Amino acid sequence: MADGACLGLSVMYETSDIRKGLKVLMDGNPFTIIEFQFVKPGKGTAFTRTKFKNLLTGGVVDKNIRSGEKLEPANVEERTMQYLYKEGEDFVFMDGTSYEQVTIAVETVGKQFDLLSDNLECTVLFFNERPVDISLPNFIYSHVTSTEPGARGDSTGNVLKPAILESGAEIGVPLFINEGDYLKIDTRTRSYVERQKE
Amino acid sequence: MRAGRVLARDAGRLRIRCEGRDEFVPATGDASPGDWVTLDGQSAPVVVHRYQGEPFPGPESETARLSLARVEGLYARAAILGEIRQFFSEEEFLEIEAPTLVRAPGLEVNIKAVEAQGGYLITSPEYSMKRLLVGGLRRIYSMPRCFRSEEEGAHHSIEFTMLEWYRAFDDLSGIMRDTENLVYRAIRRVAGEDRIAVGETMVDVRPPWLRMSVREAFETWAKVSLSGDESAEALAEKAASAGIEIGRATEWDDIFYVIFLERVQPALEALDRAVLLTDWPAPLAALARSKPGAPEWALRFEAYVGGVELANAFDELTDATEQRRRFEMEREERRRRGLAVYPIDEKFMAALEEGMPPCAGIALGVDRLVMLAMQASRLRDVSAFAGDEI
Repeated sequence: MADGACLGLSVMYETSDIRKGLKVLMDGNPFTIIEFQFVKPGKGTAFTRTKFKNLLTGGVVDKNIRSGEKLEPANVEERTMQYLYKEGEDFVFMDGTSYEQVTIAVETVGKQFDLLSDNLECTVLFFNERPVDISLPNFIYSHVTSTEPGARGDSTGNVLKPAILESGAEIGVPLFINEGDYLKIDTRTRSYVERQKE
Repeated sequence: MRAGRVLARDAGRLRIRCEGRDEFVPATGDASPGDWVTLDGQSAPVVVHRYQGEPFPGPESETARLSLARVEGLYARAAILGEIRQFFSEEEFLEIEAPTLVRAPGLEVNIKAVEAQGGYLITSPEYSMKRLLVGGLRRIYSMPRCFRSEEEGAHHSIEFTMLEWYRAFDDLSGIMRDTENLVYRAIRRVAGEDRIAVGETMVDVRPPWLRMSVREAFETWAKVSLSGDESAEALAEKAASAGIEIGRATEWDDIFYVIFLERVQPALEALDRAVLLTDWPAPLAALARSKPGAPEWALRFEAYVGGVELANAFDELTDATEQRRRFEMEREERRRRGLAVYPIDEKFMAALEEGMPPCAGIALGVDRLVMLAMQASRLRDVSAFAGDEI
């Protein structure tokens, strides 16, 4: 459960509760606080200059929250879930503790869908009990299922060629990588990090 | 013979914190992390005190170890404290050690005092300083630690160092010149430059600084025409027509500061010169005298460097009747807002009734000055210990 935000929806947050990662509801949308600063003119009112990120759209807004104003908690929960399999256009995940399964549409999974491999542990964000976003682990490990043989002698890693991973994703890898190699991949940039020993 | 503490040892080198700096020497001898050693430059460091504690913490942990940046911040702070005393000594000011534990703290509605020993810690040395002016001292300054409850942030700390100085038989122009000269001198001393980086902006701090009235600043940057005597409702309307969302703010000062923060503050942050914001609206007069012939404005200025509020000055209110009226209003306002209602400092009032000479005074945030001079962005970088480290 994220920040206990679901525990008491009737309890509003005060400005003194503001911290990074706090999930709040504004205009019907869930936001997470990504940055905040206490500001107060010497003789004036205290404010918290706050940067909110919309959990659905990723859009960022700045607001000055006056001390004494209240923020509404958002019914948001983060759960660690395992990817099981693809079902038509949808993806099925399972909660490893409760064994509950949820089906998530490809639009929610986003363009990272081809990096999902069996049993991969992801963080699924629920808003009002509905899955709204998925974060993959920052790094995943995969064998190369196919790639052209690279030119000999180039070991600098500066020149890249395409390679297909087990999940079906295509990423750029250095020329010295061969089929069957085991790689570490950064999911945020979809880029090759290094070759791993198995 | 120099001494230091071993911070780390690897196969080749020892890292030793010595006189505030890190030194690297060949890893000879048996000194290990945590030990105090002496160095004479020739032979191996000699262990003079063997560290007895838990395994010496790794570099990632928060410990007694000081970062180099923090040490530099402390050196800058000491240099600026020295520079301030030098400045006031040359200007023939008398340094006062004002009491910090008092019966009656500042009454400003937006400042909360820390309670102690049945009294309060000072939020500013103002009342004591003014009693000394009544007593006949003409040029005085004080640099006490002050305390303001619940103020903690990058530019705020519950405990901080405040520099206040007063000139009797003088007006704000003298205080303006002092401010420009003192700040310039302190920054030159530490940064060695006329311009300093504050956030994204390079700010020129050479005197004279830009001078601008609050009214002008609101016109230019917020497109709001302040009259200084409009009602809260009228000010809310002005904000709305300038496209500024004031949320649920209903008090005049809250609305003022929303506009300030939304529009004026960002413009101040982008300004490449230090600025003195003059002539504040009467509801924010606090202990300032009204402008002769224009009672909706107060003789008050604030100094801003790169958007950082550095100082606040008043042409001081000397009228005891008016002072008592304002204190009662502030107490009433505190009652209305459900805040603690502090007592009036009757010894200060008695002095005021005897007659305080016309005078001007200012309070300047020393921690912020050091932060600016070091081109740091947080007070903690120039403090021995930040609030969460105490």
